[in-house]
Amino acid sequence: MDFAASFALVLPELVLTGTGLALLLVAAWGGDKAARQIAIAAAAALFVAGILIVPGLHFGTDGPATLAFGGLLKVDSYALFAKALIYLSAIAALMIAPPFFASPSAGTERGMRAEYPVLVLFAAVGMSLMVSANDFMSLYLGLELNSLSAYVLAAILRRDTRSGEAGLKYFVLGALASGILLYGMSLLYGFTGGTAFAAVRAGLTGEMGTGALFGVIFVLSGLAFKISAVPFHMWTPDVYEGAPTPVTAFFATAPKVAAVALTARVVFEVFGGQVTAWQQIVMFMALASIIFGALGAIGQENLKRLLAYSSINNIGFILLGLAVANADGASAMLVYLFIYVAMSIGCFVALLMLRDEEGNLYETFTDIRGLSVTQPAIAWALLIFMFSLAGIPPLLGFYAKFVVFQATIEAGLVAFGAIAIAASVIGAFYYIKFVKVMFFDEPVGVVTGKSEASHWTLLGLTALIISPLGYLLTPSLADLADKAAASLFLAV
Amino acid sequence: MIGIEHYLTVGAILFVLGVLGIFLNRKNVIVILMAVELILLAVNLNLVAFSAFLQDLTGQVFAMLVLTVAAAEAAIGLAILVIYFRTRGSIAVDDINRMKG
Repeated sequence: MDFAASFALVLPELVLTGTGLALLLVAAWGGDKAARQIAIAAAAALFVAGILIVPGLHFGTDGPATLAFGGLLKVDSYALFAKALIYLSAIAALMIAPPFFASPSAGTERGMRAEYPVLVLFAAVGMSLMVSANDFMSLYLGLELNSLSAYVLAAILRRDTRSGEAGLKYFVLGALASGILLYGMSLLYGFTGGTAFAAVRAGLTGEMGTGALFGVIFVLSGLAFKISAVPFHMWTPDVYEGAPTPVTAFFATAPKVAAVALTARVVFEVFGGQVTAWQQIVMFMALASIIFGALGAIGQENLKRLLAYSSINNIGFILLGLAVANADGASAMLVYLFIYVAMSIGCFVALLMLRDEEGNLYETFTDIRGLSVTQPAIAWALLIFMFSLAGIPPLLGFYAKFVVFQATIEAGLVAFGAIAIAASVIGAFYYIKFVKVMFFDEPVGVVTGKSEASHWTLLGLTALIISPLGYLLTPSLADLADKAAASLFLAV
Repeated sequence: MIGIEHYLTVGAILFVLGVLGIFLNRKNVIVILMAVELILLAVNLNLVAFSAFLQDLTGQVFAMLVLTVAAAEAAIGLAILVIYFRTRGSIAVDDINRMKG
């Protein structure tokens, strides 16, 4: 394949990289005064990149024509589906940031720093590379580009001790995860003789030796760190609580999508010949995440911390779809991922709107008592998101859980499905506690401030998607997810 | 005669030392950064040894890539450590405890 065709395939990434580098220069000369314009330009670049992937996403694309740079990257329907979600989440992270950084909660340095949008752009490029990786080298490159940007984003409030601590914790555990992942890759390289996914897959046929098995386990552990699946989840609550809220919203959406999509590609395309070896590991991580996510959230007072446990819980359901190990399961996983992203963005935007007249942000249960009296719109939106996260029927969160359970039961894994359903009932406890606190407790009246139009827009949009009206989307969503899952299984 | 298994053993020992250095260290965050480097060096040793054993250049290319990214990672780690030290005045591991639960 010639170079021009390869460049045409990575055009969205080229747009993002070029804009990112140009904006970095603008940031260097313009300083923080230009931050808002840089954020708008970055969002426009993400939008353009999103437009560029629409034809491929709509018509479906797979086969040898999707391989770029001698098979280092594979830009198939599956990668495009994940990219669409990543770009949308990144745009949302840019939209919600300026009001937050202008508020007193951002500490002594008011105003958005010019680096924030640039880092989000570079993280988006890294995630794009991750989801289209077809070789362990491009996988590692994308993963690190995303992670390095994310460490800095977590610590972006330089004078805030919690932000610095979150950055430090994220860095140490993220670096450890990368190390474990790399060690697994080096073992797989040695025992199969290649780093391309196809070469490793060919080397893993038949009886698997101890060295290769260790490689598989190390790679899965490293990826589990990145998606914060139990037992590698311990960094999530601290990082979510400490990072600035727009950054937390970004962490809960785009990198999760990228890491989950990457994990699915690795287990199907690299370990696809050894399903029994990874299926039990993924199933264990799925059920453990669902149970720990549900139990850990009980008793949390900080809402961001609670949403961190909720995201661990949701990752469990996504992994349950993956553990089914067929095209139905992968499709269910992608549908769940889309709905999860919409719910997460909605929750974090609502959290950002809990502010008083000076703009101070509130993030504990005590502060949202009686929210339905003081801020009925936010309270009702949160009610929709919480019932949806709990999986209460008329809302779209129910559909997400339904497709995953359906795939699980149809694959004959009834016992695992039953455990997951039981744990999701436990999870419903703290989701419904939200509603109880907001609607039935005495109002404390601290949340009195007005919110920006961008917040209201995103809140309304996500609430609309999650509301029963969202079922109008499900046929086209299921169609896209089926196409994406099919291209994932083409190599199998 | 030194064979591939000797290199792999040294690599495995370095890797385990690195992981233990992260989890057992109670003193200083700088030690954690050194432990991370140790893990990446173990990986590089593995890659280069396998590359020589398999008579295949891919492993050495990968090792160069890992070296480059490790340098960037160390730079970012130290930068985060510096801003953390400025706000807290300490980089002792036991002091990193503002958030718990």
